[in-house]
Amino acid sequence: MTALRSLFQPMAAKHGLGAACFIGVAVFIWVVFLIVLPQISMLDYSFRLNLPKPDIGGPLDVYTLDNYAYFFSGNDGQLNTLDIGILVKTLVAAVFVTLIDILICYPIAYILAHSATGVAARLMVIGLIVPFWVNEILRAFAFRVLFGATGLINSIGMGAGFWDQPIDFIRADVALYSGLTYAYILLMVFPIFNAVEALDRNQIEAARDMGASWWRVHWRVVLPIAKPGIASGATMVFMLTAGALAAPQILGGPSNLWFTQLIYQWFNESANWQRGSAYAVILLLVCIGFVMMLMRVFKVSIGEIGR
Amino acid sequence: MTTKDIVLDHVSIRFGSYTAVDNAHLTIRGGEFFSFLGPSGCGKTTLLRCVSGFSEPTEGRVLIGGSDMKGVGPNKRPTALIFQNLALFPLMSVADNIAFPLEVRGISKKQRRKRADELLDMIALPGVGDKKVHELSGGQRQRVAIARALAVEPDILLLDEPLSALDLKLRHHMRTELRAIQQRVGLTFIYITHDQGEALTMSDRVAVMNSGVIEQIGDPESIYNRPKTSFVASFVGETNAIEGKVVLQAGEIVTLETPVGHLQGKAAGGRRYKNGDPCYLFIRPEQLEVKSGLEAPNTIAASVVKEEFEGSARILFLKANGIDMRITRVNRGASDALANGQALVCAFDPDHATVLPHGPLAGA
Repeated sequence: MTALRSLFQPMAAKHGLGAACFIGVAVFIWVVFLIVLPQISMLDYSFRLNLPKPDIGGPLDVYTLDNYAYFFSGNDGQLNTLDIGILVKTLVAAVFVTLIDILICYPIAYILAHSATGVAARLMVIGLIVPFWVNEILRAFAFRVLFGATGLINSIGMGAGFWDQPIDFIRADVALYSGLTYAYILLMVFPIFNAVEALDRNQIEAARDMGASWWRVHWRVVLPIAKPGIASGATMVFMLTAGALAAPQILGGPSNLWFTQLIYQWFNESANWQRGSAYAVILLLVCIGFVMMLMRVFKVSIGEIGR
Repeated sequence: MTTKDIVLDHVSIRFGSYTAVDNAHLTIRGGEFFSFLGPSGCGKTTLLRCVSGFSEPTEGRVLIGGSDMKGVGPNKRPTALIFQNLALFPLMSVADNIAFPLEVRGISKKQRRKRADELLDMIALPGVGDKKVHELSGGQRQRVAIARALAVEPDILLLDEPLSALDLKLRHHMRTELRAIQQRVGLTFIYITHDQGEALTMSDRVAVMNSGVIEQIGDPESIYNRPKTSFVASFVGETNAIEGKVVLQAGEIVTLETPVGHLQGKAAGGRRYKNGDPCYLFIRPEQLEVKSGLEAPNTIAASVVKEEFEGSARILFLKANGIDMRITRVNRGASDALANGQALVCAFDPDHATVLPHGPLAGA
């Protein structure tokens, strides 16, 4: 409470009581109604049984670990390899998408911050942002058109004689990876740009003067500066990729489920919100745990990400 | 110790139609402390980047130790550059910073550390190797930057206004320190500065530059006492510039007709003038003396505008027939303080006044 007051009072003194109250109320509504309450109710759901309506609130409505147990061991007590496998596959795929994004976005951000000037830089930023005016679903379908059996890439490839049979990019997940990689590219470019922009050009020249090759300049001078940006971009891209639904739905191969699709199925097709909630909680916890572990490994603090 | 001469052979550097450096032609001797002095934008940094290899001359050649540096990259030249803002790597420790050039050359971690510690001893900062750069003071960072530049034993150290970020007192201290380091390691230092105090105190020789042109090269004394152009006379040190026309030249002594009467000075470099040539007479503030009576020639009648007290000296601001003048007087006690508006006469020895052809003045 005293901490809150020490935040409120200087704000009221600086911007006036009205503005301070508005910010206080807005933040309160945001945190409580949009973050805390839905998550708590989901958590609550995840520990309950999927009961028919008359039984809700009755003697059968007790807290249980059933939904979580199901994820680990299914109905038959055997290890639930199918669902666990899907979760692992989703995480691995999300890691790949994140890595590809880092590889693509680091050079873009570096060039944007230190090489491109004036018109070129502005064109680059516009080129990055404008495609995102098209909504996510349409973009996903565009990738489907691009990578389909009769799509643009196959027509060009076969027309030019690189291959005879249409390549099934959808089944090979190429379309899915491309779609996801592209979907969150901005969330990677701008944090890295922010970090790299702070780099003093003289440091690059100094390193060059001392004989450093370009890769060493990047490894020892640029990359350490970019690290917090990469970390914050990577967390966002990883979380959003692991939690993506539309792109896997549209671009995923037929035999290939994303963990979010599993959650979606529990909620919508099986009408089992309790189990869906448990799966959603599992995804959230695993993702948070994974990100925290990586932050430890790469020695990034949460404060650096917030910068 | 290697002694490699640096020759700038008719070097010109142009950016489009703009000439940053115009026909610089000089030799910097190995082991010399050589300064380029000039106002900002005079082309001195451009020239330095040309020696370091970050840019190439548009015309002419840069030779180091007799070999043409054309196409030789900054890392292949026997030079090390210290940047204006030092460009130390903020995320590396002090020792890693100093050892970075060695790391680049693939020297083992242990040897790198050993060399870094040696260099830290040399710059009188033993034991700070594990600190981060931001934990050091400005002067310490300065010395670390020098140590880093010296790590691979270059022949020539290039310094681009490295003291400009320091406060006054530290700047004065670092002048002595830089000079001492230079004498200790025996390297050629090429020093860029707009601060004439730095150039004069540290250098063996100074080149004064203005708008891309080297106006004069010489040791600090000759630059200060025997300027060759009106720009050098007015840029290096304080001076009084009085415009006039030549009325008579007898040997080295030239008489000018000026708004404050006929005044005499020495013709710089034995130059001959025709009557009526437009000239400047330059008199250093410390060469002017306050006299009680009018003693022609070479006296100027003036009135006191104000007096500034600087401790060891008093600076007297005068107005003589519309011309602003200043006199520096050694402080010998409160009794010689002068009242504002007081009329007086100041005199000078023609041997200590310089006559130069009319030309651009610094800051004008």
